[in-house]
Amino acid sequence: MNFILRQGRVIDSVQALDQIADIVVQDGCIAAMGPQLEIGAERFKGYEILDVSGKWVVPGLLDMHVHLREPGEEYKETIASGTRAAVAGGFTAVACMPNTQPVNDCSAVTEFIRKRAAEQGACHVYPVGAISKGLAGEVLAEFGDLRAAGAVAVSDDGRPVMNSQLMRRALEYARIFDLVVISHAEDLSLSHGGLMNEGPVATFHGLAGIPAAAEEVMVARDLLLAELTRGRLHLAHVSTAGSVRMIRQAKERGVAVTAETAPHYFTLTEDDVAGFNTLCKMNPPLRNAADVRAIRAGLADGTIDVVATDHAPHSILEKDTEFNLAANGIIGLESALPLILELVRGGVLTLLQAIAKISSNPAQILGVPGGTLRVGASADITVIDPDVTYVLDCETFESKSRNCPFHGREMQGRVSLTVVGGKTMFSRLR
Amino acid sequence: MPYKRKDLLGIRELSAAEIEYILNTASSFKEINLRPIKKVPTLRGKTVIHVFYEPSTRTRMSFDVAAKRLSADTFSITTTTSSMVKGETFLDTVKNLEAMKPDVFVIRHSASGAVHRIAARTSAAVVNAGDGMHEHPSQALLDMLTVRDHKGRLEGLTVAIVGDIAHSRVARSNIWGLTKMGARVICCGPPTLLPTELDKMQVTVSYQVDEVIPEADVIMVLRLQQERMNQGLLPSLREYANCYGLNSRRLQKAKKDVLIMHPGPINRGVEMSPDVADGPYSVILEQVTNGVAVRMAILYLLVQGERQDTGIVG
Repeated sequence: MNFILRQGRVIDSVQALDQIADIVVQDGCIAAMGPQLEIGAERFKGYEILDVSGKWVVPGLLDMHVHLREPGEEYKETIASGTRAAVAGGFTAVACMPNTQPVNDCSAVTEFIRKRAAEQGACHVYPVGAISKGLAGEVLAEFGDLRAAGAVAVSDDGRPVMNSQLMRRALEYARIFDLVVISHAEDLSLSHGGLMNEGPVATFHGLAGIPAAAEEVMVARDLLLAELTRGRLHLAHVSTAGSVRMIRQAKERGVAVTAETAPHYFTLTEDDVAGFNTLCKMNPPLRNAADVRAIRAGLADGTIDVVATDHAPHSILEKDTEFNLAANGIIGLESALPLILELVRGGVLTLLQAIAKISSNPAQILGVPGGTLRVGASADITVIDPDVTYVLDCETFESKSRNCPFHGREMQGRVSLTVVGGKTMFSRLR
Repeated sequence: MPYKRKDLLGIRELSAAEIEYILNTASSFKEINLRPIKKVPTLRGKTVIHVFYEPSTRTRMSFDVAAKRLSADTFSITTTTSSMVKGETFLDTVKNLEAMKPDVFVIRHSASGAVHRIAARTSAAVVNAGDGMHEHPSQALLDMLTVRDHKGRLEGLTVAIVGDIAHSRVARSNIWGLTKMGARVICCGPPTLLPTELDKMQVTVSYQVDEVIPEADVIMVLRLQQERMNQGLLPSLREYANCYGLNSRRLQKAKKDVLIMHPGPINRGVEMSPDVADGPYSVILEQVTNGVAVRMAILYLLVQGERQDTGIVG
């Protein structure tokens, strides 16, 4: 299905583009782009014309941290439903974490995920393999095997690699395959028993706290190991001011580190847990206002390279229960875009910066195609209506799960069209 | 100002006027417990169900005595003998019991917030008999009544709470109540047993019990659990007793009319020496007596009073 996107505001950080243009999609690729193409021309005969004037046309968004729950927890989400949620949120690609059942620590599971995605996925799916077998943190998984099967990175996400020697070896060994090591930085001995951020809200509620130091101790360790090994480190879901400070300093020293944060860490605080709200229970926990300010500053100055949702579907069984029993995590694919746009409207990020954080930056880190609307590239395109206001209604989500604290929130900006490989996978046009 | 909430879940959301009202009501119930026939028909035909997920002797007995003296029918379920051992959720347990049409649930649970969650889902009145480390409102009310009876007031008093405040729902409820009623609260204990940013609860924090004792009109001592050593929070009971244990020598520096209180059960020789527990300053057993009157007042106000809202803390 060939088509032309007419007169959208085309924004592409890689090409430093921000202008009104027409884009031609032909046979799954971006065939042409120009300020005013001759759309009546013979060569475009039979092409569908989509009027996207007043809208933004950006490279397909990439969420490099999602949990698709398949294999093993299909009642929470599947590759099919999770990728449908992705395209509904404007994402044309996702990287999925290995804490499935069984764990993705071998080519068999990686191949299963890729096959499932090819058959039932609505967008590109890039599997992340495990750092350690079974995520047990004891011995390395076969990175070569994983890479050959299509893994784009390794991580034990959900869990930290507590043993520093093993983390060192992982950073070294990953260099053979040019794999980035994604670290879930948490010192389990410091976070042990904790249920929310250590602070006054935890004190008032009689809930054991997780201090910022639980994250920062491991961020410090991982940065030092990255420096020692010259391996590629990526820090997942950064949530504290201290972490941002150390990452900034490490980058200044030339350490090969990249970092991501999730929308909830620049939007919500520990105060949102008040009343034992399990929809605000996640790991790392929501922090305090000073941390939120530091996260925003880190995004603005480039210390934090990526926004990734850590989309963590859980069913009502896991969330509608006593606070100490509730599972950690919230879904994020279908709420991320408007929350990131709040940063643009609030002057924290320019539009080019914001789009880069969810397209070209994660693509570059993972070494996957995407993040640009260059002629010849695969037509992975997201069209955004920046002005529409609405109330977020989680009941309309594509995700199987509903664990979202933003239900009922007034939002501005949403996806109009998501094109994956030239195919329209989600549309609100007409 | 009468008590209009559906439930009693915590002290934090109550106004000083509501606290005053409950204490006054409790005072009026005291003399019933001194009569030869300790029975009034006030709650006759009403059903009170105690659902205790965590063990308790004192609180459960106290609520049961209170309910029966008001002529209510009482029933008790402890979860070790309930279907919860078969995997039933706590909410399911309570909903099933609710189907038997009780008027009041008295609930204790080991998880902070557990009772509030239940209260929002049932139309029966709910009394929080202690939820995790969060609140124990009836204990704080009986503590405040005891202090008020001796000192004539709460406003302007200095109350020291000594011990494992981090893990104590009794401490939290008392802090909310006492500060609301105008008392000055000092929290004293080792830093490892004090919650972070405790000063945000409008209290003074101290690590030195000997500095706190001379200033206190009331000293509330908390039980120290053996577990705290296993969790690496303290080196030994012996060290705790040496540094924070209330004994006669320490009390020499106390005010002559100081009140010594403890919610029970006491670890004699640890947080409190036997002679202090049984000594002239101790009002510990009076607390227990007042507890019955306070719980009679609570049950009475919830069942007879006007229902307005769920009383859920926000």
